[in-house]
Amino acid sequence: MADSLAQPVSDTAPAAPDAAAPSRRDFINIVAVSAAVGGAAAVAWPLIDQLNPAADTLALASLEYDLSKVALGQEVTIAWRKQPVFIRHRTPKEIAAAKADDHAPMKDPATDASRVKPGHEEWLIVLASCTHLGCVPTFAQGEYGGWLCPCHGSVYDTAARIRKGPAPKNLYLPDYTFLGDTRVKIG
Amino acid sequence: MSGPSTYEPKSAIERWLDTRLPVIRFSADLMAYPTPRNLNYWYTFGGILSFCLAVQIVTGIVLAMHYDPSGAGAFVSVEQHIMRDVNYGWLIRGLHANGASMFFVAVYLHILRGIYYGSFKAPREVLWLLGCVIYVLMMATAFMGYVLPWGQMSFWGAKVITNLLGAFPLIGKPITTLLWGGYSVDDPTLNRFFSLHYLLPFVIAAVVALHVWALHVPGNNNPTGVNVQSKSDTLSFHPYYTVKDGFAISLFLILFAIFVFYLPDALGKVDNAVPANPLVTPAHIVPEWYLLPFYAILRAIPDKLMGVLALAGSIGVLFALPWLDTSKVRSMRYRPAARVYFLIWIVATGALGWCGSQEPVGQVIPGLTGPMLIDYDLNSVTWLSRISALYYFAYFLVITPLLGLRETTLPVPDSLYTPVLPHDAGAPVGASPVLATEG
Repeated sequence: MADSLAQPVSDTAPAAPDAAAPSRRDFINIVAVSAAVGGAAAVAWPLIDQLNPAADTLALASLEYDLSKVALGQEVTIAWRKQPVFIRHRTPKEIAAAKADDHAPMKDPATDASRVKPGHEEWLIVLASCTHLGCVPTFAQGEYGGWLCPCHGSVYDTAARIRKGPAPKNLYLPDYTFLGDTRVKIG
Repeated sequence: MSGPSTYEPKSAIERWLDTRLPVIRFSADLMAYPTPRNLNYWYTFGGILSFCLAVQIVTGIVLAMHYDPSGAGAFVSVEQHIMRDVNYGWLIRGLHANGASMFFVAVYLHILRGIYYGSFKAPREVLWLLGCVIYVLMMATAFMGYVLPWGQMSFWGAKVITNLLGAFPLIGKPITTLLWGGYSVDDPTLNRFFSLHYLLPFVIAAVVALHVWALHVPGNNNPTGVNVQSKSDTLSFHPYYTVKDGFAISLFLILFAIFVFYLPDALGKVDNAVPANPLVTPAHIVPEWYLLPFYAILRAIPDKLMGVLALAGSIGVLFALPWLDTSKVRSMRYRPAARVYFLIWIVATGALGWCGSQEPVGQVIPGLTGPMLIDYDLNSVTWLSRISALYYFAYFLVITPLLGLRETTLPVPDSLYTPVLPHDAGAPVGASPVLATEG
């Protein structure tokens, strides 16, 4: 209906001799639409990027931890950048079990040595978020002597390598350095 | 919305308004809308759902006046301030929290009704698609609402669900960071979920308006699936269906009130009475009951990305239903074989729901050790989930397309009128049987 009303007053007539050839009106349309799309995109980006972590959130810096508080066979969960981190003081038995499985078939193959710092193999420091959907796994459960995730049943061994269940990766290793035999800096 | 308007302005002011903004005409036509005369109580859930949406919006707006969307304040503002100190806060929160479950009870029955009577088939595909969009929006809204009390289940539910998106290669990680606004689920996450939880119900209301519009173009389906042929097949929406819907809403309110006043926490989880702790995952985390079947599908698959895709696919397949169903007969009233497969689908989905509420390594029949199949005991929740999930998908992707081509249907009545007429008053039921398929 709107079209039929618009017909008599429209100025399509001048374009009629060669309707296919681009006219100045087409050019104006393209420029106007491009400007509008470009402008919308320019405004959209800040609106999306504001969802990313703010500077004060990113500023949560590194953390130092005194390992002497963790006895042999003990594990602590500490918060680093609001994420849980396991610091596990591994027993020789756990280390041996992890090393024995170094070449067993695994989803995300890794040797025990690659999971710890040289000379500090009794300290296993990993992000305590299951690589499946982020739950905190529970120690001393599951058939590999390591962790079992209570949410979806992923099983990790004593080097926190994924052995069974839906998780795709081993528990992630944070960046950390030993500042001495009993002091570690995470981040 | 469709068809000629029957409204005639009676007073000068109505005539004046009618030529400027015909809202009275719009409402009058809505109320006089010709509706099939044989709609049964399964058709009252549209009205019940509108009522549920209104309850959630009204109680939600009130709760937002007392709620503090910060990691430090959220739990206290809900569990202490609203539940104990705000006048009638316990009631308003009870209505809102249980209202979400009631909303899903109604929407599931509404969806089952649509599948059973073939209401998704031509010419109602767009109506069905809009319904699917509403359902997805409802799940998103409910999920974000569940996060707001900031208890243990809130926190870990948020963590697990946002991590789902991390399964996608390349784009997964940036998207989760965008949702979290930090290194993990934290204050920024809670804030933005609160903002979106307030927004989405109004988006739902807008899509509901489109849904009703799309309903009023072809008109209602009915239990026979036979098209309305004349005005004598219909009744005015008001008073016939306003009263019927009103009565159904009253019955629904009884169920609602039982939960609000006698079982206010029955559908919740005790873990959510513990404030959120990012260092400890509850021993057994489960989503709200209405998401359990999809959760079970996610867990059934031992691969993260495939599990997430199956979860998305289990909802996505609903969108494709109008094009998967090849049967020319709409209503399952006249499709005995389809009824059986549909019933099994309901049982399988129920089984998935049960599996979703259990521990992943749990046994289906307690104490019985079955044979080991690939990675789990055959008598495990995991295997029951897998078998049920297989049926869930097979129903849509294999059974529904093939059955429509092969089944033998019962005679479909000539008009939606025929089955309710006394036999001596007209032609016998199914006087001229129409076999819609060659099988």
